[in-house]
Amino acid sequence: MSRRAETVRRSATHGLLSLGLLLMTAPFLWMALSAFKTTEDLAARPPVWLPMTWTLEHFRDLFTVLDLPQYFLNSVVVATFVTAGNLLFCSMFGYALAKLRFFGRRPLFGLVLAGLMVPANLLLLPQFVLISRMEMLNSYAGLILPFLAGAFGVFLMRQFMLSIPDELLEAARIDGASEWFIFWRIVMPLLKPALATLAIFTFLGSWNNFLWPLVITNDPDKYTLPVAIATFAIDPTSSSGSNGMLMAGALLVVLPVLGVFIALQRYFTQGIATAGLK
Amino acid sequence: MTSAPTTTMTTTESHAPGGLATPPPGHRPGAARGRLTRKHLAGWLFSSPYLILFATFMAMPIVATLLMSFTDFGLRDITDPMGAEFIGLENYRELARDDEFRTALGNTLYFVGVGVPLTVLAGLVVAVLLNRGVGRLRTFFRVGFYAPVVTTIVAVAVVWRFVLDPYDGLISGVLSEVGVTSPDFLGSQALAMPSLIAMAIWRNLGMGMVIFLAGLQSIPTEVREAARMDGAGPFQEFRRITVPLLRPTLLYVTVITTIGYLNVFEEPFVMTDGGPADSTLTVSLLMYKEGFDFFHMGYASAMAYVLLTIIMAVTLLQLRLLRDKTR
Repeated sequence: MSRRAETVRRSATHGLLSLGLLLMTAPFLWMALSAFKTTEDLAARPPVWLPMTWTLEHFRDLFTVLDLPQYFLNSVVVATFVTAGNLLFCSMFGYALAKLRFFGRRPLFGLVLAGLMVPANLLLLPQFVLISRMEMLNSYAGLILPFLAGAFGVFLMRQFMLSIPDELLEAARIDGASEWFIFWRIVMPLLKPALATLAIFTFLGSWNNFLWPLVITNDPDKYTLPVAIATFAIDPTSSSGSNGMLMAGALLVVLPVLGVFIALQRYFTQGIATAGLK
Repeated sequence: MTSAPTTTMTTTESHAPGGLATPPPGHRPGAARGRLTRKHLAGWLFSSPYLILFATFMAMPIVATLLMSFTDFGLRDITDPMGAEFIGLENYRELARDDEFRTALGNTLYFVGVGVPLTVLAGLVVAVLLNRGVGRLRTFFRVGFYAPVVTTIVAVAVVWRFVLDPYDGLISGVLSEVGVTSPDFLGSQALAMPSLIAMAIWRNLGMGMVIFLAGLQSIPTEVREAARMDGAGPFQEFRRITVPLLRPTLLYVTVITTIGYLNVFEEPFVMTDGGPADSTLTVSLLMYKEGFDFFHMGYASAMAYVLLTIIMAVTLLQLRLLRDKTR
């Protein structure tokens, strides 16, 4: 291929991708800018693209209407426990599936794969009945327990565990190490990148989870952030749900997630590639 | 986030389970048996926390949903689940007659039928472009295209509702700059569903893109170069080299996207509440309304099972259709 053709091809690629990127980021930019516009600017036609005067009024209003620190705390508590549970329980099961040749291992792995396919919506009704029978509606326990160990985590950890050489574990066994010692002191330290990947996925999954907390909480003190924002956004009786406030709310929900993602993005691509292709 | 069983499980099994049953000759049988028992015990002990949670919050609910779907389970039965009356297949018969359910099913299939191919294609196109040597900017683009995948769907739906607003929205703003009046996207029966589909493509194409990129990087450059030397243009290269070699990855992305889209709930819930005139009512949304607004939980359970059956059937069909051609 000639030099010129190569240059043309490159610019075309870059042009197309930049256009795509603009389309992808436009809603985010629109959200961020709108959150700081005055109500007059928001309604102006032709539109005011950049705020004439930057204002924090929507954030102030939002904080007076919604107890955002409480919802933030709830989301953090739930996501932290869910992540800790998944890291421990999925690693343990993943270790057993990858490295312990015990009776029943294959059918159990089949169970995990089947678990990957079952949509969460299907389980909603009986889970609700169960949690309400356990008197855990409107409680952290109710928000956390059903998500404490997911099939995806087991699958991911098993895939990573398979790459640890058996000889290493066998040597430790001959030296008399217990299985727990091998798991906790040898395998887990080797899997720090994998654990980081699982932690990020689980934490964000929990942070973004909507249907379950929507169903089992009706006490605003236990709302997670998405539930609080959604309830506020669709409440037909609240005249206060102005676009400015909604964009301010959306920005507050999205910002931590985007921050974590951008800081740790290489773990994401690694994790997805591992789960999908190995 | 789910993962494909299909592309993954074949490569890794190293041991036949029967291999350990007979200890090698010369071994002391007692010691071997002790080690063996220890291994079985350890395996089950390591598995038990997960299995207990799995049994409680997954296996039991799957069975319970099925049982509930044969009853008239309602609000008062939550405190006394055994009190629900067994009504056989009545819920399923009712579903077959229910026009609203038929509408929801049709809408869901519309969402999947249009949304899945476009999402997969968009992800593939971006991945191919990114793979054509964008150099250092690749990470930058990848982050931008993937960002919507990780953001909270509720926030995304709230933002998109405003983007599509016919008076103060982003699109209406752009249109007003060129003197065109914006249609009322979410208020129109014809445009509401396509709007939700557009948003779903925007939100999910990054997932496919990342997986396709990993797949593309595993295609040896020699193959591409050979094709180019034989005079293949970019389009031919895409059709004859990229797509066939990516088939397992395509299968995986198609399957997970389809499963996700068949369950579509948050988008219509926040943006349209199923309207206007049920034009964006999906099966999951109807199930939620029946179950938690009206507490027709037996009926909603029957809906859940119909949806699960469809999901399994579609998944198996896709595995079959997309797989056999590779052999």
